[in-house]
Amino acid sequence: MVDTMRLTAREAKKLLVDGEVSSAELTKAYLDRIATVEDRVHAYILVTADNAAKYSTKVDREMQAMRGPLAGLPIAVKDNMVTEGVTTTCASRILHNYMPVYTATAVRRLWDDHVVMLGKTNLDEFAMGSSTENSGFAVTRNPWDLGTVPGGSSGGSAAAVAAGEALWALGSDTGGSIRQPAALCGVVGMKPTYGLVSRYGLVAFASSLDQIGPLTRSVHDCALLLRHIVGKDPRDATSVVAPAPIELPSAERLDGLRVGIPREYLAAGIEPGVRARFEEAVALIEELGGRCVEVSLPHTEYALPAYYIIAPAEASANLARFDGVRYGYRAADADDVVTMYERTRGEGFGPEVKRRIMIGTYALSAGYYEAYYGRAQRVRTLVRRDFTDVFGEVDLVASPTSPTVAFPVGARAADPLAMYVSDVCTIPANLAGLPALSIPCGLSDGLPVGFQFVGPAFSENRVLDAAHALEAAIGFTATPSLGGAEAALSQSGGAEAASPTGDAASAPPEGTAS
Amino acid sequence: MIGEDDVRHVARLARLHLEQDEVGRMTGELARILAHIDKMSELDISAVPPTAHVLDVVGVTRSDRVEPGLSREEALRNAPAVVDDCFRVPKMG
Repeated sequence: MVDTMRLTAREAKKLLVDGEVSSAELTKAYLDRIATVEDRVHAYILVTADNAAKYSTKVDREMQAMRGPLAGLPIAVKDNMVTEGVTTTCASRILHNYMPVYTATAVRRLWDDHVVMLGKTNLDEFAMGSSTENSGFAVTRNPWDLGTVPGGSSGGSAAAVAAGEALWALGSDTGGSIRQPAALCGVVGMKPTYGLVSRYGLVAFASSLDQIGPLTRSVHDCALLLRHIVGKDPRDATSVVAPAPIELPSAERLDGLRVGIPREYLAAGIEPGVRARFEEAVALIEELGGRCVEVSLPHTEYALPAYYIIAPAEASANLARFDGVRYGYRAADADDVVTMYERTRGEGFGPEVKRRIMIGTYALSAGYYEAYYGRAQRVRTLVRRDFTDVFGEVDLVASPTSPTVAFPVGARAADPLAMYVSDVCTIPANLAGLPALSIPCGLSDGLPVGFQFVGPAFSENRVLDAAHALEAAIGFTATPSLGGAEAALSQSGGAEAASPTGDAASAPPEGTAS
Repeated sequence: MIGEDDVRHVARLARLHLEQDEVGRMTGELARILAHIDKMSELDISAVPPTAHVLDVVGVTRSDRVEPGLSREEALRNAPAVVDDCFRVPKMG
C-alpha cells in the first residue's frame, strides 16, 4: 500500500487526509523498511521505533487536536541536532552517551507540528567529512551501490531517503554536507540562506557557515519542509526574519530566467559523465525558456583554501567544550585536570576531527593568525563579491553539485585533501551565505548526478521554483536497487557498532510519546 | 614548514593528547594541507576588508529579561562525575 521507495511527503499527506492510510500505518511502513534494509545501509545511529509507533498512534487518535500540514508524517533527523530524551552523538565517541535536556529549534518546530521522528541518522563525526566514513560508529552505504559512499556529512539522512527508510529528513550543511550527499544518493537537498533556519541546538561545527536544511524526494517536499523550520529564534542571534514566506513551487516554465554557468566550476576535475548530465540539464533550461550564459566567479579556486582555514578555526573553538567535565566521555584515571582534558579529547575524537582541531588551533595561534585566519576572511570577502557581481547579470548560478558520482568506500579515506576536493562546487555558497539546492539530473554509470542552483541571499522561492520546473523536465524516476552488496557485507562494521547506546530507545522524547 | 615540535606545541594548545605515531602522521598531513592553503598568498588582499558576517545584520540585542534556564539537576545530568551538586574534576596539576 505504501511504496516507501517512491512516496513523496505531498502524496503521503494526501493519503492521510483522504483516510486511505493512518499515521501509524505510514510510520510502520518506514519502520518495516528500516528493519529490512538497515543492516546493509547503516543510515541510522538510532531508530526510535517504539516512540514513533506510539506517537503516530496518538496522532491518529487525537486527529482533531493534532492537525496541521505535517501532522503524522514521519521524518529522520541528523544526529547532530539535539533532541530532548533521545541520545545525540554527532557520531562521536566523545558524545556516545549524551542525553540532551533540550531540543533544537528546527526539530522542536516539527515536533510542535506533530511530525513523527523515526530516528537519528549517521554522519561524519561532528559533520566533518564528505563520505560518512568518519562516523565513530558505522560507515553508511550508498543505496545505489553498497560498495560506494553516500557522500557526507549528512550521508545517513540522504541514504535513508534514497533507500526508502525515511519519507524525508533534516540535515546540516557547512561546506556541502546536505547537497553533496543528496547528489550522490539521487535525492533533493537544500542549504538555505545563512540565518534563515535557527542553529539553536545544532551542535556547532563552524558557526558562520552551518545551516540546517531538508533532504527530500521532490522539490515540492523540500519547500514544504523548509517553510516549517524557518524563522527568527531568540535563542540564535544570527537567525533572521525571512523577508518573504517560503512558497510551495508551481513553476512549469523558466521564461526569462537568466542562469549563469561559472566557467571556473567546469574548468577541472568534473567527470565526463557528470558533465554530460549537467549539460543535458542546461539544454532543458533553455527548452523551458530560460537563458544560460557563461559567467565568471574568478576567486573560486581560492574558496577551498579559505574554507579549510575558516571552518577548522571555528571548529577548534567550538569543540573546546568537549573536555570531559559537563557531558560525554571522560578518560579514566587521570591524576590532574589538564591530563584528563588531553586524554579525554585524544581518546574521544576520531582522526579527521583531530586534524581539523589541529589546523584550526594552528591557524589561530600567535604569529599565524593574520597569515591564515585574517587572510581567509579577506578571501571570503572576494568570494562574496564574485557572487554579488554575477547576480547583477543573472538570476541564478548553476553547476554540478559534486565533481564526481559516489566513490568506492575507502577510496579517499587515506587522503584528506582528495576528500576535501569533493566540496569544491558547494563550499562557495557557504562562504557567501547563499541558498543552494541540489536535484538529481540523471545517472552516470548507474550512479546519480546532482545539479546545483545557487541564488542571491533570501531567493529561496526563486531557487525552488526553478528547480521545480527543471525537475519535471528531467523526469528522474530511477530508484536504487541496494546492489553491490558483496563489497558491503565483507566490510560491514556490523549492527552492534551502529548502536552506541542501549537505553535511548526506551526514553521518550518529550512531546512525542506521553 | 610545520615540524613535529610545532605539532606537539599546537596539540598542547588544543589540549589534545596525540600518540607518537599520530604526531608523525599528523605532521605530514598538516604540511600537505597547509601547502594547499598557501595558495591564498597568490592574492593581493591588502585593500580587502575581512568578512565579519555574511548578512547586513548589526547589533543584535534582546531585552534584558530573566528567562528560565536549566535546573541544576538538568545541568548535571550528563556529567561524568558529580559531587555536592557540582561538576567533579581531578585536582589542578
